[in-house]
Parts: sequence; C-alpha cells; structure tokens
Amino acid sequence: MTQAYLGSVGVIGPGIPDWHTARAVLRGECEYKAGPAPEPDAAVLPANERRRAAATVRWALAVAQQATSAGGCRPDDVATVFASSGSDGETLHRICEALAGAEREISPTRFHNSVHNAAAGYWTIAAGSRKPSVSVCGYDASFAVGLVEAVSQVHAEGVPVLLVAYDLPYPQPLYAVRPFEYPLAVALLLAPEPVPGTLARLRVEVAPEASACTPFPAALPAAFADTPAGRSLALLASVARGGRESVRLGYLDGCQLVVDAVTWS
Amino acid sequence: MNNSLYFPALTRLACLNPLVLTRCAAANPLGLGCEATLTALRECRSGLRPNDFETARLDTWIGRVDGLEAEPVTGRLAEFDCRNNRLAQLGLRQDGFEEAVAGARERYGAHRVAVLIGTSTSGIHETELAYRRRDPATGALPPGYCYRRSQNVYSVAEFVRCYLRLSGPATSISTACSSSAKVFASAHRLLEAGFADAAVVGGVDSLCLTTLYGFGSLELLSRQPCRPCDAQRDGISIGEAAGFVLLERPERATGAVLFLGYGESSDGYHMSAPHPEGAGVHHAMSEVLRRAGLAPREIDYINLHGTATPANDRAEDAAIHRIFGDATPCSSTKGWTGHTLGAAGITEAIISALCVAHAWLPGSLNTRTLDPSFKSRIVLAAEERPLRHVLSNSFGFGGNNCSLVFGTAAR
Repeated sequence: MTQAYLGSVGVIGPGIPDWHTARAVLRGECEYKAGPAPEPDAAVLPANERRRAAATVRWALAVAQQATSAGGCRPDDVATVFASSGSDGETLHRICEALAGAEREISPTRFHNSVHNAAAGYWTIAAGSRKPSVSVCGYDASFAVGLVEAVSQVHAEGVPVLLVAYDLPYPQPLYAVRPFEYPLAVALLLAPEPVPGTLARLRVEVAPEASACTPFPAALPAAFADTPAGRSLALLASVARGGRESVRLGYLDGCQLVVDAVTWS
Repeated sequence: MNNSLYFPALTRLACLNPLVLTRCAAANPLGLGCEATLTALRECRSGLRPNDFETARLDTWIGRVDGLEAEPVTGRLAEFDCRNNRLAQLGLRQDGFEEAVAGARERYGAHRVAVLIGTSTSGIHETELAYRRRDPATGALPPGYCYRRSQNVYSVAEFVRCYLRLSGPATSISTACSSSAKVFASAHRLLEAGFADAAVVGGVDSLCLTTLYGFGSLELLSRQPCRPCDAQRDGISIGEAAGFVLLERPERATGAVLFLGYGESSDGYHMSAPHPEGAGVHHAMSEVLRRAGLAPREIDYINLHGTATPANDRAEDAAIHRIFGDATPCSSTKGWTGHTLGAAGITEAIISALCVAHAWLPGSLNTRTLDPSFKSRIVLAAEERPLRHVLSNSFGFGGNNCSLVFGTAAR
C-alpha cells in the first residue's frame, strides 16, 4: 500500500463552484442546485496565453489554483500530474474538420493546443514552474491512473504533488462516439507528510476486481458518473463525510483501485 | 570546467536503485529489430525518404515504417486495428520481446507487470480518415469507427496490455515529444512504490496528417533530410516508430545495460518554443546526474534531442555546455530516424543502450557544417570506445523535458 496525505481539494462542475460547496452537498448539509456550467477565466494566465487557452485548460487551471491556494502551496513549488481521457475535444474537432477539407490549414496555436499535455504546459507557464509534470490517460479510468502516478511520486520523491483530473464533453460528431454530458475538473494536493489542515490520509492499492465499486454519491446527479473525472467523486464523498472508509474505484480491466481514506485532523 | 566544483555534494549513496533492461524491441524507419537499427546506424544509412504518406502534399522528408498497410491487427484484438496499434504490434513482434514478457509474466504474475506507453497522437489518423467519411446529412462519423480503441490516448497502452496478456497497472503518458522518455521515470516510481515488480515501457507514434500539417503550420518542417546542429539546419523530418523495453530489478534479472536515472523538468516558458538558454533542459540534466549519482565527466556520450530546428539545437547546446563543457561527445540520431515524436524517447533510449552494449557511438548524420556558434562537443563521426554511461535527452511541447541515463552492467 502506498500512502499520501490529502492537503486540499479543488473542484468545478455544473452546480459545484468549489470544494466548500461540494463538501456541503456530499455531507448532506445542503441540496445540490443545478446550474449552468461555470466559465472559469484562468486569471492565473498571462493575457496572451489566456486568449489562446482552450476551455479544458481554463478548467484544469482553475481547480489547480483552488487546490494550491487552499493548501497554502506556491504554484511554482509543486510537481504536477494531469489526467484526462480526451483533453480538448473542440481542438480535436477543428483540426480533423480542417484536415478533411480542401485547404488543410491548421493554426499553430490550435496545433500546440492539441497536445494531451496542453493544460500542463499552460499551468507551468502561468506558475513559472520548473517542476516536473506528467500527463496521463487511462480512458474512463484516467482519474485512478493519475492517482496511482501521483501517490507513486509522493512516495518515491518525497515531495508534494498536485493531481488534476479534468474532462469536458466533446462536440458533435465526437460526442456521439464518446458521450458524456457533464464537465468536471478536480484537483487533489497530495503530500508525503501531514500538515496542519490535512484533510485525510489515503492508502492506495491495486486489487483484483472482486466486489462492486463504491456507489456514486446519491447527492449528485448520476450523469456526473459518466464523466471520466467523475470517478473521483466517490472518493471525495468519503473525504467529505469523514471517518474511515475503503473506497473501491473502477480502474483498468480486471482490477480496481482500493483507497483507504481516513480523516486527519 | 571543474566538474568537482560544479557538483560538490555528489555522493554515490544517494543513487537511484538501478533497473535492468532485460529485453529491447524496436521497429522504426531503419528497419525491424535492434540489430537492423544498429546496422543502419553503423553503415550511416538514413531511414528518411521524400514524403509519400497518404494524401499529405507537403514538400518534406519523412521516416516511414514499411508494410503497416498490410499488417492489420486481427483476431481477439481486431477492434484496436489502426496505424498506431499496427505499429505497436510490429514492434512487439521483434527481438523476442513477447517471449521475454511471457517469462516475466511467469516470474511475477500478470498483475505485477506494469505497462507504460508514451504516445503523442495515438490513433488520431483513424479519426482524420473518419472525418472524410462523415454522413452528408447528419455529420455523423462512419459506422465502424471506434474512438476508444484508436483515437483515445490510452488505446495504445490498452492494446499493449491486452496483446501481452498483462493485468497490472497501466497508463499512457502523453507529454508530446518527451512522452516515451517519461515512461522510464514513472515505471521506476511504480516499482519503488510497490505497485509492480517489473514494467514494460515503450513508445509508439505513427505518421498522421495532424503532426505533418501542424509542424508545417509552425514552419518547422525541413524540405531536406533534417540536419541536426548544422549551420544550415531548417527544421525536422517527422518519423514514426515503436519501441519497447522490459525493465526488472537486478536481483531478479540480468542484462548488459542498466537504467540508472531520470531527470524531469518544465520550462514554464512557451507552449511550442524552448527556453532560449535551455534553462529547463539544464535542470533536467542536473537532476538526472543527481539521481544517478554521477559527475558530468562520468557521462561518456550524450544522445541529443537534436531535432534540427534552429531553436531546439541552440538551446540544447547551451544547456549541455553549461554542465559538460566541451568534453563530452554528443550527437543526434534524428538524421537516421527522423523525429519520431512520442516514440523519440524510447527509440533513443534503445539506441543509447545499443551504444553501451556495443562500445560505440554514432556521429550526427546529415550534419555537414557544424553551427559555428555551438560550444559543446558535437561529433560528426562514429567512435569506437567503451561507454560507461550514456545520457539521452527528450523535450516536448509545453516545455516538458526529460533526461535519462543508461550504463553498463559490467562494472
């Protein structure tokens, strides 16, 4: 089992502007209120870069900023793991549309925005960070794949690591072959040691697919469960409720990720 | 430069636990298998040719792997069929790799062998083709197009995991052109953290219109075979490749070459241009030396990222000179393979391992007149000499840098 301490959480989705709200909803202290998807402005980016950044980048950076700020951590002082199933769908769509046309013209900005690590690149520019950054993908299991990478880093390097998982719905015609409706971005600040304000100790283990995954939190619309990053919400619900729980997350074919989450205070 | 002053605090106590490269497999424009790759390097035979990929009408040179069109993925994995997974399959079939992995599966259990594959564009070419066949009325993509098994970045890691019948942790890593160097760092951490006992690391990137036209839009495509570090260099030649390495702990396996360290950094500077003085690159190389517990003078050869764009080669030269002075022989092998993007890290890791195993280092191919402003020791001719340690650089869009060190197991 590999452990890390969860220092802070960032989260943005429709009806979920931040961790404070998400926590209250997941604890049953207030009801989920449906609302339009927020439009994070990625104020952390220099104006030039903000103009160029795709929606996925703005979402990823917004939760990264929430988590570093809540965790009292300087943005340039933390290694990062970015996990996404499909990075930016709008960019992919525009490029494939252009390449299917006669002119085949792709703008340089659109091309560099198409890389899977675009959000990571913009984050390091915004933060002025030299710290290592890795971008991973595990299709529906992208959050769990990112969590394994992040806790491995915390363990092997003995440094804090910021995990950012984000997925925004694809435009048509890609939506039809990769359908999920709710955008969601989540950030977890993980550290090798507890500090004042640490939320939980997480112990992570890969196990054979034995029993059912921990059910999706009933306090939130079930459609969040279709979003790959939505698989983080069962874990966040456990952290919000407090106590000690063993959360089973869907991982890769034939196995699950078991996270033993204990409140730390 | 006085190396001992520059790195005063180095001690061998802090070294990373080495891993053994128990098997390497390669499929790239130089041919199929490690032997074909080494032979082409020794014979100075480039794998580049004038662009003849699909319908791409671009005046450039490419490094193409022949025969992919005729080797579909079939049977239980047929859903994965696309150019990128065909290339992965071709790579997995070289150098006795499947047999070596079968042995590891037996020794550790299928669930204890991890799979980490780097790619930048995965099976995007399948989506490019599907967009030409959209339903004229509804705009829908054609029936039979499978997003999950082709376009999605995880497709190639899932394909490799299924093909090799492994059931442990897996990931695709996609940090553009450093992707398949980063897999070594992540694999090492997975083993250190106890998630696995061995790892299949690799990289697969195949030719597609997105990268050809994308690099074209950035005016980074050379009209001739790329000429790394040359005064007249004018851009990259895009290539495609698959490469795989089985990594195990030395207590459980033997091999001629060890993986000794990794160094990762970000530029935090620009999405598609390197930091002019190579500040991030300098940081990555300093980190790899620290982790490997080596002084700069102990590196006997540097395999450059050396893409042949004016900015990349200049920044890399500056960063190398700051650490290694003009003492360490450096060369780029992109003149042979082209820039295989997400597969560049693994391809050059395998080339570095071949250099260590065969006590030989290549000169930069296609480099006629060395850029006179360069200060590090770029070699233009091959040298026969024992190599204790070789450093390999890979840098990607988003300012993502990774340096690796490989060394001889015979010490």
